[in-house]
Amino acid sequence: MMNRRIKETLIKYLFFLFALVSVIVLGLIVFSLFREGLPIFQHTPVWDFLFGMEWYPTYDPPSFGIFPLIVGSVIVTLLAAVIAVPLGLLAAIYISEIAPKAVKEILKSVIELLAGLPSVVLGFFGMVVVAPWLQDTFDLPTGLNIVNASAILAIMAIPTISSISEDALYSVPREFKEASYALGATKFETIAKVIVPAALSGISTAIMLGMARAIGETMVVLMVAGGAAAIPESLFDSVRPMPASIAAEMGETPYRSPHYHALFATGMVLFFMTLAFNLIADYVSHKFKQTGSATL
Amino acid sequence: MFESFKKAVLAVAVFAFMAGVSEASSIVIKGSTTVLPVAQGTLEAFMKAHPGVQMSLSGGGSGEGIKALIDKTTDIATSSRDIKPSEIELAKSRGVNPVEHVVAFDAIIPVVHPSNKVSNLTTDQLSQIYQGKITNWKEVGGEDLKIVVISRDSSSGTFESWDHFVMKKAKVTPRAQMLASNGALVTAVAKNRFAIAYLGIGYLNKSVKPLQVNGVTASVQTAMSKEYPLSRELYMYTNGEPTGDVAKYLAFVKSAQGQAVVAKEGFVPLMDVKKTGKK
Repeated sequence: MMNRRIKETLIKYLFFLFALVSVIVLGLIVFSLFREGLPIFQHTPVWDFLFGMEWYPTYDPPSFGIFPLIVGSVIVTLLAAVIAVPLGLLAAIYISEIAPKAVKEILKSVIELLAGLPSVVLGFFGMVVVAPWLQDTFDLPTGLNIVNASAILAIMAIPTISSISEDALYSVPREFKEASYALGATKFETIAKVIVPAALSGISTAIMLGMARAIGETMVVLMVAGGAAAIPESLFDSVRPMPASIAAEMGETPYRSPHYHALFATGMVLFFMTLAFNLIADYVSHKFKQTGSATL
Repeated sequence: MFESFKKAVLAVAVFAFMAGVSEASSIVIKGSTTVLPVAQGTLEAFMKAHPGVQMSLSGGGSGEGIKALIDKTTDIATSSRDIKPSEIELAKSRGVNPVEHVVAFDAIIPVVHPSNKVSNLTTDQLSQIYQGKITNWKEVGGEDLKIVVISRDSSSGTFESWDHFVMKKAKVTPRAQMLASNGALVTAVAKNRFAIAYLGIGYLNKSVKPLQVNGVTASVQTAMSKEYPLSRELYMYTNGEPTGDVAKYLAFVKSAQGQAVVAKEGFVPLMDVKKTGKK
């Protein structure tokens, strides 16, 4: 009897430890991010760092203004969302509500396959296929630009948005649909006015997670965004999103130099932005939570 | 079943034994992507001649290589620039004594799309273009096309040399595209008739058009004679005077055989430089 209870307790703490591992790892990563990032603010004030227009880290004296990089990240992510949200959401609605069973199975696995594509493959595709095509078709000075990067990021975000949305749509209770049809609503009316609103919290979470995936993505923006650290004047200009800057420069910067600290501080900004996306997703999913049997 | 198990054990044992042996004499080389083709070519030839020596090679950039030398994680650091005084200081504080070996000469060449009519630019024009002051090809005798300025990342050795030769501390326009490797740069220019970029001579191929600088065509001869304005030394650094296999390897790189590899990779060999120097 006693033996069993000890076993129970042991197992409980063992599992607690496993759960704790990810928390500890996250804590340590955040700690080292701040330890390596914060010293830059002795060199450049926070305001000048965040809103400075010039990123010249290797000049003498260097200037560490990451505003063009923040703008680059934000604009690429927003445009990616504009492309990926309708596609991902409509695909999810089709798969969940409209598609015949056979089509549904095929589509689901193809979208999952898309999620498994390594980002370097997509980046290479963007660099050698999309960029020359964009340039020739629209007669642009460069194909490595915001539109290209956003399109590739959208391809990466679609599987996230579509599969999480699809789960949310799928878990809308049957009675809701049946009630809607019983009132004489058409299939479209049922989808637009009953199912989607009922799944809204799950859909919002899907969109936020998709965008968080896009803003943190490194390889694609490093390869296809062009890397110009200036505020873009059009959607066909090159930008230098934050992850691209960190990845391109970290290998060459002297250990614990101001430039090194500035790159970690850029990582902090990126961390806060993805954190914000997660908090918004959490807030939205609570706010739009349906009461009653539709609770997701 | 049991037989195959025994075979597997034997294979693992042999592998472990070989790994142990090779570890006894292994050379790690790390650093500049510009020097990479030289290191790669000479390493392959050297390993063929000395089968016992295990060598590993990685890029990452000049700064990365020197950092690794200071951290004692590499035997040889390759670099396309001089070691900085701050790096020497840091090295001394960790008990590392960087010794410099010049292994080849490199020429940096401005390149454009093959359809571009411009064939010669002065260093001043190049500087103006990279500062964003000249923005159209017609201002330098070409077609009425916007100039797309492409540069290596501001942390690369090639960028530092470009700054040293052309920019002279003037800032590269923030509108310039910053690409992370010589390879990406060739791809970008080959597909873009608006573009200008610069390359190490080893990366030049037929897909892009090299420009003359101040009326001088970049070639092995003009780089050797220093007539071509954008040429520089390529280095390998060791911790203290090299000994053992590292010394053998460096001697090989500097030998006629090694320098033949240098020439084959498209760089300018040391031997002829010395000869022309004596003339």
